[in-house]
Amino acid sequence: MKKYTDSGSKDTRSGFGAGLEELGNTNENVVALCADLTGSLKMNAFEDQHPDRFFQVGIAEANMMGIAAGLTIGGKIPFTGTFANFSTGRVYDQIRQSIAYSNKNVKICASHAGLTLGEDGATHQILEDIGLMKMLPHMVVINPCDYNQTKAATIAIAAYEGPVYLRFGRPKVANFTPADSAFKIGKGDILQEGTDVTLIATGHLVWEALKAAESLNEQGISAEVINMHTIKPLDEKAILTSIKKTGCVVSAEEHNRYGGLGESIAQVITTNHPCPQEFVAVNDSFGESGTPEQLMDKYGLNAAAIVAAAKKVIARK
Amino acid sequence: MSQQNLQAVVSQVRRDIVRMVHAVNSGHPGGSLGCTEYLVSLYFKHLNHNSQEFSMNGIGEDLFFLSNGHISPVFYSVLARSGYFPVSELATFRKLNTRLQGHPTTHEGLEGIRIASGSLGQGMSVAIGAAEAKKLNNDSSLVFTLHGDGELQEGQVWEAAMYASAKKIDNLISAIDVNEKQIDGTTDDVLAMGSLRAKFEAFGWDVLDVENGNDLDAIDQAITLAKEKTGKGKPICLLLHTEMGNGIDFMMGTHKWHGVAPNDAQLVSALAQNEETLGDY
Repeated sequence: MKKYTDSGSKDTRSGFGAGLEELGNTNENVVALCADLTGSLKMNAFEDQHPDRFFQVGIAEANMMGIAAGLTIGGKIPFTGTFANFSTGRVYDQIRQSIAYSNKNVKICASHAGLTLGEDGATHQILEDIGLMKMLPHMVVINPCDYNQTKAATIAIAAYEGPVYLRFGRPKVANFTPADSAFKIGKGDILQEGTDVTLIATGHLVWEALKAAESLNEQGISAEVINMHTIKPLDEKAILTSIKKTGCVVSAEEHNRYGGLGESIAQVITTNHPCPQEFVAVNDSFGESGTPEQLMDKYGLNAAAIVAAAKKVIARK
Repeated sequence: MSQQNLQAVVSQVRRDIVRMVHAVNSGHPGGSLGCTEYLVSLYFKHLNHNSQEFSMNGIGEDLFFLSNGHISPVFYSVLARSGYFPVSELATFRKLNTRLQGHPTTHEGLEGIRIASGSLGQGMSVAIGAAEAKKLNNDSSLVFTLHGDGELQEGQVWEAAMYASAKKIDNLISAIDVNEKQIDGTTDDVLAMGSLRAKFEAFGWDVLDVENGNDLDAIDQAITLAKEKTGKGKPICLLLHTEMGNGIDFMMGTHKWHGVAPNDAQLVSALAQNEETLGDY
């Protein structure tokens, strides 16, 4: 098995901030907008270094999405920053009409996604955002797994022409992907090769999937692990190649089981190569207050839950 | 273009509007007719624009954003008559595979359209973004918008209005089509908004009233004055007091022609009231 090492836990939102800071110095067309959450989104460095290219719009996310769409008319590459809840559900129609349907080159960057936002509770813990965004034609949906990958993804989406939803989070999590490696939109990363079960995870669940694979290996089960950082367009080839070998799959994500990565994977396998699938995801409920660890444990989003799902899906083969 | 020639364009655009909506028995003639003089004056006299080589970014050009996208018939007619695309294409309005969708869209690549609109309240925000881009690009040209008065019931408009004055978006001229009517009745009956002048002034805008928003001379003077007021730290609001359905007697004085097409007999009457000046499509 490949060995992955946490080079020092960091929050993925800081990876976004670092990527945005780098873009500020390398691409003069990149502009940033924020709805009164500059510190939370780690956009301070960009704001400090490029005040003319930073737009503080106040607590008015609908207006922010429209302004971002307008900035593209004039050749700018706008990055909007606010929490995932306010980046999607609150402004769905603005994104749908002014950004997705109009096919504007806006990068919607969303922090504090999922349960790991923690103590603020369900009003802020959106678990439906991947579904909302992936249903929009033209929209690319990306949920990177750690600090390094979030930084790389931030830089990569500036070079892609079209609307993108970039989802990341608040807590410090293992940072294990190589620094400064190129990010390929739509290309899943095979982190472990295995023969008994395929574990496909996105975002914070990727590290948990790696831990689950280690645990399964100790029990004599060979798990393949794919980091599916891009939910749309989905890397169908990577999924099908793997399940033809393993014959079953576990999907893992910090999202409602409806509308998420698992549902997209299910569509791929049912139309191409039917096989058993288990879903590690939130079971159609809202979140609640608690520490990130407590919440991920209570809602079954960790390595132990992935191990249990893997055993269950193997038994169904 | 002289005011006399502009009036000839207005007459032809009115014919286009009623013929387009009649042909597919759908669309929005009332607001389209009410804003015909304004859009003709803008596109044929005031906008610095290049209709022959459309560029999405519009660098060095004045830009116009239609926020109340349902008045697409007048927008399409004015765009075609000013050279963005062939006038013959007006015959495809709202038909399957057309670039002239029910509400304007960039999705079909129609020249002259820079944003989709239809779901109301979004155009001012988009225009502000385009105005900010012009400032970043040291591009001194202007950004114009048009909104319905009923549309001002959407909250996003006021988010945008607040931003525009706070951030000194002074290269923006937003016109409001004050016809005092919306689908369910008068704006006062549906949701009274009080004084629009007082509201926009309270939001920090420089406000100009155009008492007869269907008079080409009054519109010309107002746009000229509005342009002079740009670059002075405030966004400009033009309150165009218009008549919905203007130029066709049986469509005036009522909200009932907001989204209704004329029948065959009504079309004949409407066309009889407006001379064919530039050739029907």
